[in-house]
Amino acid sequence: MSQHVVPKKTYLFVFAALISLTILTTSVAMIDLGPVNIVVALLIAMCKASLVALFFMHLRWSSRLMHIVAIAALFWLAILLTLTLSDYRTRQWTPAAEGWEAPSIQLNR
Amino acid sequence: MADGHAAALAEQFEDLEQQHEASSLGMWVFLATEIMFFGGLFAGYTVYRGLYLAGFDAGSHLLNVKLGAFNTAVLLCSSLTMALAVRAAMLGKRRELITFLVLTILLGLTFVGVKLAFEWHRDFEEHLVPGINFAYDGSNSRAVELFFVFYFFMTGVHALHMVIGVAILAVLTWQAFRGRFGPERYNPVEMAGLYWHFVDVIWIFLFPLLYLIGAHH
Repeated sequence: MSQHVVPKKTYLFVFAALISLTILTTSVAMIDLGPVNIVVALLIAMCKASLVALFFMHLRWSSRLMHIVAIAALFWLAILLTLTLSDYRTRQWTPAAEGWEAPSIQLNR
Repeated sequence: MADGHAAALAEQFEDLEQQHEASSLGMWVFLATEIMFFGGLFAGYTVYRGLYLAGFDAGSHLLNVKLGAFNTAVLLCSSLTMALAVRAAMLGKRRELITFLVLTILLGLTFVGVKLAFEWHRDFEEHLVPGINFAYDGSNSRAVELFFVFYFFMTGVHALHMVIGVAILAVLTWQAFRGRFGPERYNPVEMAGLYWHFVDVIWIFLFPLLYLIGAHH
């Protein structure tokens, strides 16, 4: 059977890394870095997610088939985010034709 | 040994390795659909945060970062115990398996308990629940309300996944107690583990997006 028994030490190492990264991301969030805050927070989150997927979810020792499924899932997520944002982020680039202006939504009352 | 082997192997599979590949593939494909499910919420969050940055910051600032960080640690601990439970199942260590499954359940319940008793309950008392009693005096109140719509949907759906996970682990604990798992038959434990870790990964992203973006004010 393709079982791969991972030493307890490996799991404890990964766990220590995850807790350290949580402390790091919480501390960094207390400092005002402007728009960089969210970038740092998401990068740290991606590191943590990778550690969980590679070690706890055994992706590191899984067959290529699982790697393909995992990468495909991320690829489809990227399509979802890219196409949605490419619409919303570019709506102001071209002025709407006469009489076709969208009603402005006022949330800042 | 031969008996155990025959009992562990379903008849449609050639061998245990093929059976293991099949269940892993099924679980990973399911998790891919789960990524798309949560992906819609993440996409919506990204669009509206881009539109109402100040309101989302103000809304995030109203959340308790310490409780969020505590719950993150609890969830990471539960992932560790879950990984150790799968390991115990592979090695056929029944008592260790039951211990780690029970620990994982307790940590999962701690997470949901903190969420319910200390966070959602307090949010309700502070009139931060959109559609029920939302009231916010500062500027950008409608955008802050929108932030809380995302907050409750995302944490709510995540907590629902936790509750389902706890229920699955409870069934596995019962089966482990009855000696249903061994070095030849541990697939159910491993697949439940994949699900549990996935729910952990979702929280790893929810924590910064909901709690940390407004923490520096």
